[in-house]
Amino acid sequence: MNGFPLLAVANAPTLTLGAVDLLIIVTYFLVVIAIGVYLKKFTNTGEDFFLAGRKMTAWIAGISFISANLSSLETMGWSAMAYQYGMLGAHAYLIGAIPAILFLAVVMMPFYYICKTHSVPGYLKLRYGEGARSIAGVSFSFMTVMVSGASMFAMAKILNLLLGWDIHVSIWVSSITVAIYVALGGLLSAVFNEVLQFFLIWFGSLLIPILGIIHAGGWNKMMQTIQQNVKIIHPTVQNADFTSLWRNLGSFDANPMGIDWFGMVFGLGLAVSFGYWCTDFLQVQRVIVAKNLRAAQNGTIIGAVLKMCVPLIVTIPGLLGLAVLLNPDGSPMVLVPESDPRARITNHTFNDVLPLLMGQYLGPGLLGLGVTAMIAGFMSGMAGNVSAFATVWTYDVYKPLIKKDGNDEHYLHVGRWTSIIGVVISIAAAYILLWFSNILEFLQVLVFFFIVPLFGTVILGMLWKRATPAGGFWGFLTAIIFSIGMWVFVHSFPEGYRPQPKVQFDKGAVVSVERQNGNNGKITRVIVESGKVDIVNVPITNAVQVAAGKKTELTLTNEVVLPPSVVQKNSTVPVQILAPEVVDAQAKTNTAFGVENVPVVLKSGVNVVYSDIEMKFAPAAFNPQHAKYIARSEKAKPMAINMYSGFWSLVVCVVVTVVVSLFTKPKPEAELKNLVMGLTEIPDEGPCPWYENPKLWAAVVLAVLVLVNIIFW
Amino acid sequence: MSTGEHHEMIPIWFFIGCLIAFYGILIMGAGIYEIFNPPVKKVALWHLHAGIWWGAIMILFGLFYIIKFKPKK
Repeated sequence: MNGFPLLAVANAPTLTLGAVDLLIIVTYFLVVIAIGVYLKKFTNTGEDFFLAGRKMTAWIAGISFISANLSSLETMGWSAMAYQYGMLGAHAYLIGAIPAILFLAVVMMPFYYICKTHSVPGYLKLRYGEGARSIAGVSFSFMTVMVSGASMFAMAKILNLLLGWDIHVSIWVSSITVAIYVALGGLLSAVFNEVLQFFLIWFGSLLIPILGIIHAGGWNKMMQTIQQNVKIIHPTVQNADFTSLWRNLGSFDANPMGIDWFGMVFGLGLAVSFGYWCTDFLQVQRVIVAKNLRAAQNGTIIGAVLKMCVPLIVTIPGLLGLAVLLNPDGSPMVLVPESDPRARITNHTFNDVLPLLMGQYLGPGLLGLGVTAMIAGFMSGMAGNVSAFATVWTYDVYKPLIKKDGNDEHYLHVGRWTSIIGVVISIAAAYILLWFSNILEFLQVLVFFFIVPLFGTVILGMLWKRATPAGGFWGFLTAIIFSIGMWVFVHSFPEGYRPQPKVQFDKGAVVSVERQNGNNGKITRVIVESGKVDIVNVPITNAVQVAAGKKTELTLTNEVVLPPSVVQKNSTVPVQILAPEVVDAQAKTNTAFGVENVPVVLKSGVNVVYSDIEMKFAPAAFNPQHAKYIARSEKAKPMAINMYSGFWSLVVCVVVTVVVSLFTKPKPEAELKNLVMGLTEIPDEGPCPWYENPKLWAAVVLAVLVLVNIIFW
Repeated sequence: MSTGEHHEMIPIWFFIGCLIAFYGILIMGAGIYEIFNPPVKKVALWHLHAGIWWGAIMILFGLFYIIKFKPKK
């Protein structure tokens, strides 16, 4: 940057809605409540409420299966990933999903279906006993309401940033709506809304890639523009190839994620993907409720096909962000991570890429549909979690541990109330996140690491009859602890972590800006005439002496000049200067700017809050010296570290389960009937026409997957 | 989807058809209105009038679902 002003992001909302847009949003809320009220009369038993009566057709099960995963956190998050990592972001929808979904359909579904479990923890109880089920049941209940709260928090925050809506109103209106329709209709309501949301998301999002590619001058032109623009947008990885799926995975340097093919195949493709798609109950619950085994299997395969289409509305918009989002002067717009101090002050963030494109292309009505799709995605994410929470709590915690002898009506009643309580806890979680927003980051990672050990435990239980209850319990628990340990390790800095030095001016500070060559030139010096300034890790020893890790506040009695850069651990780091809302001393008007590497003069009388920050543990930063032991490279980016961590966690789970099982007593074979391969007879569902054969369609989908990977190699 | 014990459930596809068709009408209407009253601040590629043809696609899609999955009396 070196003195050039950064893009100024106005504090005003990114999107402005008109009357038609609002009508579309209000209609959506009324329709989902009406559907909940309508479905209440169809939920008379526990099976109706928790498993939608096990009556779903393959199409509904498949759409719901994929839709439960297509929340707005997902669409916005993975568009941001594509902006950050280029084409590699599409792997989450290809090798990072399809093989696992097909494996679920062909290999695992018969076991889930035949043992008639209510949940994945329920399977653990049957296979390993109460210990493994209790860990899974309690942690899953906790995770679902926290994720539901996170979804609500994210929605409220995004609607506030994009549209200027009040955070509290967003949280309460959406939660009450979800509470009404889930408490009334249970899983049936959640599934109905997921199917509805699926269509809204596609109609609300598909126009963006269509118009964007036209705007970029076609696919090839878009790819050329991306490779030119990333030199400016992502200068630290400017030589990386952003436009390939595999060609750039030969070394850690050649791609923007800092990963190699091994991490992509075994970390994402095996551990994370199989964990998520085969054992995350929220997903599995969607298909085990199908009307018969064949519908469950075909529904899952339909889900795989739909999943492969999602990059059209997620990855392509992320890539378009690198090509068509421009500043008024025609230069590429630079978006930054949420953790960047410039985020939402001078620059939009990676997560804004989809909303920015919406604002760029969608006119009246279309914008309302896009925002409705976003709200629908958040609400159905919340509803999915709440209905899964109600099921797991009622069947895996309440029934075995609190009241074993209740009748069906009693558990139905408990389920309805648990849904409402789940929403209330989610609201509490949303407020916790509102006050401690960094928790969101930890939470997502913890969920990420919980499901991989769960997959290791479940798959060994299904495929290996020698796996013992003790093996399952200890393998599962050790792998969870190991996952958390790895996470702590990569965020630990034994020698101390110092955030980038920063000077931020409070609202209303009066500032003069000196530039080269007149008004629009490079900023050469900033002078603060009056007001308040926050200074982090920039030495001002002439004025104040502060011990490391301390904070002090003072009013300057003489002029102080802050250096443009400081030396930290033998390297020179530029000082970041952020002015989100200050008063220009000459023009007497409000202005905003961000700049690096220029001196700042603080006049006498300026109030200074000075902090010297050094941390041993920094959740927002990764220690490359530690990351290289997990992700095999110091260049590994967060996503690469997550993938490798998933892989190691699976390895630990499998090794511990196998070793402990070899030294402990297995269950008798009679008790493993219908739970383990080789001891389970797959029921004959009668003659199957070729077009309903799950194995045939799984093979076709696999072939298409290979073809897509070759085309975009 | 199948039925409850005493009631015939309206298929989800019917609800989807109604909602998408309604949204299509609103979006196409807003697009046509914009032709006669062009906004001061136009979106990119405004000249393609995406609202009109996208709205029309939504109406056709919605009508197909409404007709095909109309509840039986």
